[in-house]
Amino acid sequence: MTRESRDAVLGALRRATGRDSNAAAAAASVGDRLARHARNTIPARGQRDRRGRLDLFVEQAEAVDATVALVSGAADVPGAVADYLRGENLPTRLRMAPDPKLDAYPWDEAPLLDIEHGKGEASDTVAVTGAFAAIAETGTLMLVSGPETPTTLNFLPDAHIVVVRAADMVACYEDGWDRLRATGRMPRTVNFITGPSRSADIEQTLQLGAHGPRWLHIVLVGDGPGEVEGSDG
Amino acid sequence: MSADAPTSHRFPENARAALADETLQRSLASAKVGFRVRRSEAAARLPEFEILRDEARDIKNHVLAHLDLYLEAFETRVTERGGHVHWARDAAEARGAVLAICRAAGARTVTKGKSMISEEIGLNAFLEENGIEPVETDLGEYIIQLRHEAPSHIIAPAFHVPKAEVAATFRKHHTALDPARLLEQPRQLLEEARGVLRDRFLAADVGITGANFLIAETGATVIVTNEGNGDLTQTLPRVHIVVASLEKVVPTLEDASTILRVLARSATGQEFTSYTTFSTGPRRGEDLDGPHEFHVVLLDNGRSDLVGTELQDVLRCIRCGACMNHCPVFGVIGGHAYGWVYPGPIGAVLSPSLIGVEEAHHLPSASTFCGRCESVCPMRIPLPALMRHLREREFEKKIPPATQRWGLRIWAFLAKRPRLYRLATAVPLRLLGRLGRRSGRFRSLPMAGGWTSQRDLPAPQGPSFQSLWDRAGGRREKPV
Repeated sequence: MTRESRDAVLGALRRATGRDSNAAAAAASVGDRLARHARNTIPARGQRDRRGRLDLFVEQAEAVDATVALVSGAADVPGAVADYLRGENLPTRLRMAPDPKLDAYPWDEAPLLDIEHGKGEASDTVAVTGAFAAIAETGTLMLVSGPETPTTLNFLPDAHIVVVRAADMVACYEDGWDRLRATGRMPRTVNFITGPSRSADIEQTLQLGAHGPRWLHIVLVGDGPGEVEGSDG
Repeated sequence: MSADAPTSHRFPENARAALADETLQRSLASAKVGFRVRRSEAAARLPEFEILRDEARDIKNHVLAHLDLYLEAFETRVTERGGHVHWARDAAEARGAVLAICRAAGARTVTKGKSMISEEIGLNAFLEENGIEPVETDLGEYIIQLRHEAPSHIIAPAFHVPKAEVAATFRKHHTALDPARLLEQPRQLLEEARGVLRDRFLAADVGITGANFLIAETGATVIVTNEGNGDLTQTLPRVHIVVASLEKVVPTLEDASTILRVLARSATGQEFTSYTTFSTGPRRGEDLDGPHEFHVVLLDNGRSDLVGTELQDVLRCIRCGACMNHCPVFGVIGGHAYGWVYPGPIGAVLSPSLIGVEEAHHLPSASTFCGRCESVCPMRIPLPALMRHLREREFEKKIPPATQRWGLRIWAFLAKRPRLYRLATAVPLRLLGRLGRRSGRFRSLPMAGGWTSQRDLPAPQGPSFQSLWDRAGGRREKPV
């Protein structure tokens, strides 16, 4: 059935687009467009410099109810995670992505954290992941699936803590795509995450925590003193 | 449910019932203001918004002129990544493809992300008939599924249901929960749905989502949600099925990014939706989660017939809902009156195009031609012009009653003869002006009760524009 349907649908489209008369030129134009994947207009706000990107990211992420903690270096990450959990009265037991980028942080310095590694489970309250990139334009996190970065961690827990290196902050979505192409692999899933889960389906009243995380906390890690401080934290 | 036969042919009766429905009128009044304000604020915050609308339109026009080639490219990429593409000429073929995949997976329950295509093909009723339980997971869709209703808005499907009725619905269906629980606030209702649906997510054998975009460059399908339900739907079960119509394809990730910049801003006034997810094939070998199977059901259902015609522009639609949020007609009758899956101005064009002018001929006439829909459409679809085309089709097919067609013929005869037109209108106009001089308006008029039952007709004030023009020495082109 599907073969016959395929031929019928494509046949109808070829007739409607007059494909027979321009087949070679049209195929070349489509092939070229796909190969070049040229950018369209990037808004000015998606073209800021490094400092401007960090400021915009924080502003945009906070505007959609994410919280952001700025820390000056890798050594401060475990403490920032522990502080956040204490401040929100969340359990210290957490599920962490088996991600070597996260292993580089000195978790031993936050001995109260009870860390398990793996994919997200139904019983998880808190998950900690890294991010492939962060996109300043709209305060968006870009996460990709993989053996070290399971997608379920992004959706099953009540609280999702994302550790982002300032070096992974890009200006616009297109910068994120170029970074992904540079890795040479296309993962099963690319998640653009902008704030915690929400719904306004009941009487147009916006509420956080519909099906995904109720809380999205972003720990933004500078490359040393001075880089990310100065903004509010 | 939504697989019920269309009732678009009963539009006048549907609309009258909607106007008399006080609950609906309250929901409509509160919903439309919020949508309009948020959209206009979001557009104002992005200086490049109008340029992006132009580019979004151009991307889709390019796609539609090369739709066969982009679909073939998309199919090739999906297959390379280990996914399967199933082509469906019509709703029955699409339903059949979904059922075959579910059967092969031994599925008993399927979770579903929000999908207008699923509504269009009547998937839920069909799965139920075949012993498979579909569970809608978008909060609004879940509410109306429990109530056996159709969506009344394409992005706010349950906006017509007040919270007290949501609570009553939940009490009726969630019988395992404490009957004495409080269900007064939207928060309590949301928490309850979250708890109930979490179990359904974890138990489902198959997850079905729609697609906002299909990416020819990579073979990705894209969903946009605020709740995260689509992601749980497509990540937890063993099989992920995407149902999407042909025109969802765009060339590249860059092109999708451009259209995404206008989508959320036009729909909800958000800068970006909470979750935008690109899915390419099934889980990779070493992945810890994600589906083992990935299927895309590509639906035509009359769309290929529109390509290359004067109605082609409607295929640029990205289902943001801005047209209905700004429509004065939708604003007083809501979505159900339109009688099929797509309400509002987009429905007034899409429904007659897909299910036929015979069934849906009333809808293009349910318009004041105020043009607001076109002015806010992120894809710049000329909705009033398309409605006009469809009205012409209706006329050509002799669907309007003979009196109406003769009336139009007489009017056209006069309108093409300005001198005669002025003569024929001068006397009635003067009469109306004199009769209505005191109050300035008419509360009722013979033969115009349809108009005056809902509003007053302003009385003509002084001489006509044409006579003022002549008196002021205005120039006149010779009528052709």
